[in-house]
Amino acid sequence: MKPKALILAGYGFNADAELREAFGLAGAEAERLQLSDLFADPEILERAEILAFPGGFSFGDHLGSGQVAALLCRRYLGESLRRFIATGGLVIGICNGFQVLTKLGLLPGGGGSAPSREVTLIQNESGLFVDDWVDIHFEHKTACLWTRGLEDRMLPVRHGEGRFVAKDESVLESLEAGGLVALRYASGSNPNGSARDIAGICDPSGRVFGLMPHPEAFLVRENHPLRRRAKVGKVGIDLFENGVRAARDRL
Amino acid sequence: MRIETCFLRRELDGRALGAAKRLAPFLGSAPLLDVVDVILTDLSLPSSLVEELFADPVVQYIASAAAPSLGAFAGWDWLVEIAYRPGVTDTLALTAREALSIAGLSVSGDSVVQTARLHLLRFPGLSREAVSRAFAPFWNPLIQTASFISAAEWAEGGRLPDLYPVVSLHESREPRLIDLAAMDDAALLRLSAERLLALSLSEMQAVCDYYVVAATAETRTAAGLPPAATDVEIEMIAQTWSEHCKHKIFNARIEYRDESGAQTIDSLFTTYIKATTDKLQPSRPDLLSVFTDNSGVFAFDESYAVCVKAETHNSPSALDPYGGAITGIVGVNRDILGTGMGAMPLFNTDVLCFAPPSTPDDQVPEGLLRPRELLAGVHRGIVDGGNQSGIPVAAGAFLFDESYMGKPLVFCGTGGIMPLRLRGSPSWEKRIEAGMAVVMVGGRIGKDGIHGATFSSLALDETSPSSAVQIGDPIIQKRMTDFLLEARDLGLYQGITDNGAGGLSSSLGEMAESSGGIRIDLDACPLKYPGLSPWEILVSESQERMSLSVLPEFLGELLDLARRRGVEATAIGEFTDSGFVELRSGGKTVGLLDLEFLHRGLPRMRLEAEWKPRPAPASATLVDRGDWTGTLLAVLAEPNVASKESLVRQYDHEVKGISVEKPFTGLERDAPSDGAVLKPLYSSWRGLCVTHGINPRLSVHDTYAMALAAVDEAYRAQIALGANPDSAVALDNFCWPDPVAAPDNPEGAFKLAQLVRACTGLREACLAYGLPLVSGKDSMKNDAFAGGRRISVQPTLLVTVVGTIDDCRKALSTDFLEPGDLIYILGETSGLLGASILERTIPGGRDGHAELGPCPAARPERHILLYRALAKAISGRALRSCHDLSDGGLAVALAESCLGGRLGARLRLDALPGMPNPAAGVSSAGAAATTAEATTAEAARPEALPRAACCLFAEDPGRFLVSVRPEDRERFERSMANLPAALIGEVTEEPGIRASLGGLRVLDADLASVERAYKTPIA
Repeated sequence: MKPKALILAGYGFNADAELREAFGLAGAEAERLQLSDLFADPEILERAEILAFPGGFSFGDHLGSGQVAALLCRRYLGESLRRFIATGGLVIGICNGFQVLTKLGLLPGGGGSAPSREVTLIQNESGLFVDDWVDIHFEHKTACLWTRGLEDRMLPVRHGEGRFVAKDESVLESLEAGGLVALRYASGSNPNGSARDIAGICDPSGRVFGLMPHPEAFLVRENHPLRRRAKVGKVGIDLFENGVRAARDRL
Repeated sequence: MRIETCFLRRELDGRALGAAKRLAPFLGSAPLLDVVDVILTDLSLPSSLVEELFADPVVQYIASAAAPSLGAFAGWDWLVEIAYRPGVTDTLALTAREALSIAGLSVSGDSVVQTARLHLLRFPGLSREAVSRAFAPFWNPLIQTASFISAAEWAEGGRLPDLYPVVSLHESREPRLIDLAAMDDAALLRLSAERLLALSLSEMQAVCDYYVVAATAETRTAAGLPPAATDVEIEMIAQTWSEHCKHKIFNARIEYRDESGAQTIDSLFTTYIKATTDKLQPSRPDLLSVFTDNSGVFAFDESYAVCVKAETHNSPSALDPYGGAITGIVGVNRDILGTGMGAMPLFNTDVLCFAPPSTPDDQVPEGLLRPRELLAGVHRGIVDGGNQSGIPVAAGAFLFDESYMGKPLVFCGTGGIMPLRLRGSPSWEKRIEAGMAVVMVGGRIGKDGIHGATFSSLALDETSPSSAVQIGDPIIQKRMTDFLLEARDLGLYQGITDNGAGGLSSSLGEMAESSGGIRIDLDACPLKYPGLSPWEILVSESQERMSLSVLPEFLGELLDLARRRGVEATAIGEFTDSGFVELRSGGKTVGLLDLEFLHRGLPRMRLEAEWKPRPAPASATLVDRGDWTGTLLAVLAEPNVASKESLVRQYDHEVKGISVEKPFTGLERDAPSDGAVLKPLYSSWRGLCVTHGINPRLSVHDTYAMALAAVDEAYRAQIALGANPDSAVALDNFCWPDPVAAPDNPEGAFKLAQLVRACTGLREACLAYGLPLVSGKDSMKNDAFAGGRRISVQPTLLVTVVGTIDDCRKALSTDFLEPGDLIYILGETSGLLGASILERTIPGGRDGHAELGPCPAARPERHILLYRALAKAISGRALRSCHDLSDGGLAVALAESCLGGRLGARLRLDALPGMPNPAAGVSSAGAAATTAEATTAEAARPEALPRAACCLFAEDPGRFLVSVRPEDRERFERSMANLPAALIGEVTEEPGIRASLGGLRVLDADLASVERAYKTPIA
């Protein structure tokens, strides 16, 4: 049986179509779900293994990226979402989705029933939105189920608020110590001024994962800017395959 | 209460750092600056909620009722707060209201939520004037207010407001009566001017005539209306008859005279545009809907249709660059959403024309925005508008010419996709029938954008209404788009169109033509604030709205889905077959217009056009520099050529995961592409190619050549990318100076002749290339009066071409791939340098630039032979790279291809096809047939022009620079047999660009200096 991945949509998220495609290619039964339908019936979560928050501009990034979407999830999804994660569900947030997960306090998480906000994603150091492909290094020693064994490669980034910062140095230290840093921008490729070049982190379980780059926009070799040259790494699908494999183990 | 949010550490606030950098030139050095987001509300909010909603506790401090205002902190010298004027769309405040409702608060329509941006400036010793001057670029007085408070004033109790003024309107709900019959000609014209109707005397008389007809009086009496017109009716007629909506100039009867005689042109549109497509249509069964809908539709494959449209938003962008540009994007997106049963926007294009950003302030006429501020504002609008909509920017361009000082040109285009069939019916057709409900979806109606359609048909002056400025909200529209596509797939509506210029009056007036009538209840329309009069509701151009026709049995389900998706949808009337537009308010009829009169009562314009050939330019002189390396670097640094990567990287071109060929290409992703290739369907390799052609510089010589060049450039770029040469469709967007002769526009007849000639060129090139025009738009009043003079844009035609490539894995790019590859030039070089970029780098003459003689002209009927052969060679994978030659000619194309591959090139320029061999005196063209014409071109070439400059910098259309693997040499040359193609050199490992002519080195540039020159900042 294929694990079911719910790809959230609506309220200004906009990278849901390609994310559904990526999960489909990775072997999941991928279904696009309007957030408002999930709010109306949070029990839908019980019939899924993976919940995915896509990229986009939920609520226009007004009041801070991911801020209002996080408020919505807290008010309408709070307990169901906690239960979903506690019972082994996998969560991925990409770009705006990552911003939502940090603002929900689900990343880096580990706060038990009262998640607190310790890291955030703020406006790029340049003050500008950036669209580019950058070199990404996947950490070998990480708790993250999604990135295990992935090869380094270029991935697209496109964001105005991708600068990863923590409340203080000790938060960063504990992320490193706990193996919660899943991927970094390669040295010299940091597009936004993120602390320690961090591009994605997970929670201590390794199942809840957020990242700024967009592996779902690297569906085929032809998406790559060096498509006409030999050196193109693997397409972005293996990251989703990792998630789907972990979800299948749970079935 | 005021809620203020600020970063705890200044170095984390990218916005503040950026703002400090912008202030530096005014202050002498960068100040210390904090930027504070302010929410103002009359609601009383608990502090826990304030913190949850309005701050990021990881990095921000929040001041509200519970914590001291940021103003109370010492250390600043000036406070500068920027807020919106009443009634201006405040997208942040709308989200804040929604967030408060989500949090469980009841936020009634009367409660106030506003936003402002506060700057805490630390820079001692500044006067109020100095601060005000430095902050001038930060706000636009048309839509915003700014308050300045010094530290001393604060100490004396000066404070910022707890709330800013709100809209307070008391317009009469009772329509005003306008007795046209009692007015003489002068009074009619006065009425047109005072109400901004933008109608001519003969048009006003036609309106007048409608009301004196007995039949009109009878129907009015029966409906309880007086014989005199109501303001609601007059406004609806003016909107419907506006140049923007009815294209009066393109449909006019024109008496045209030139050196060969006189002729009558019965509608430019019919004669040149529609006729072109009509002629091509039999061989293009893929054309599904042309000219009739909001965009042109063609079949992409067996299952999907693609539609394309481009618009301009010049006048609003001249007043409010940011809001104007956003509105331009979300507006053209709605054209796609309003095509057929509704298509999904797939990509955007943006072509922007400004005066050079380096223009000194003292050369900017009073009352006009500085070009660099216009550029910055429009660019920021495109960034926010496109990115937030989740629609990738596929392609675009930035052009700079002094003539855009008065009005910038902001071309926004969108392509969309939809299944060919929806629930068994053709997706490109809609049903609007009597008995169906009229439903308005999306944003609410306010005073914003009133008279936008007529305003864009007027020249700018000091009295231009600020109400013509609207600010779009891409997020509201994105949510509406998601909802509509969902409703479409569920079959919950039967017809759709967008509310653009003219608001409901235009969209519903158009829809009513299908059913044969409509009744609109203006009181049912949801408003942003109370107090609008009925005519304002009808013509308001408040953004993010679509109109639907809905069968009554689906209405409930549609409205319910809208509610669940958080989208406003309201039934505001019914389609009828009465033959009338019936407008109701306050329980009675306030307007009744015969549809036939409304849509066909407009008198045809009659215009005169007189062409005067340009006198031969003064003999050109250009010193032979021997070595043209420095010239190449100057041409690369010219703003039209120089890299726009820093601007384009701020556009999202990857969202949707469909990008193949991107705006910048090559090893380091910094060499320009010829256009975009997209892979719209995840399950298919079939691709879409998107390209542009625009060359307003040629208009100085002849708009005929300009139009030929624009079509050629766009079509040729398709070939360069690898598109199927028989699959492309084109959009034409004309932006012209006022071509209607009048006492204050003595050159009107000439400008109209320029339009006629451009149309001639457009038709000729499209027919030669088999390129049907599927949609288009014209903007005819791109003039400004400032500093006591008229500033008119160069006549500008943008041609957007969309084609398909059967397998996007075969799509080429412009960068050289490997050392040893052979370099060919394809197409003929005349060597003419008129209107070239080289010309712009030499001081003297027009707008401070030299003139280098006549300009080259495209010859589409000849080029097409080369294009077809090349397309076949590309499809057979015989090429390694392909780059069209455009601005800066061969030298620039070569530099770009080298930069892309981080490789060099060695070239011999002795035998460029078309250029005569100086020794033998005959052409070295590959095709013998070209000799005679090439020699003619040579005769026109002023002898004073050095041959090397002509080879390197001439901008003849019809040419490519390609590279070929040595082992493919034979088969490539075979494919080019009898065509103008010449092997001119090879790609080298060593990163230097070298060229020789007659045994002498004429170019020797190292790649590093080429890169430096190309990346010269444009502003």
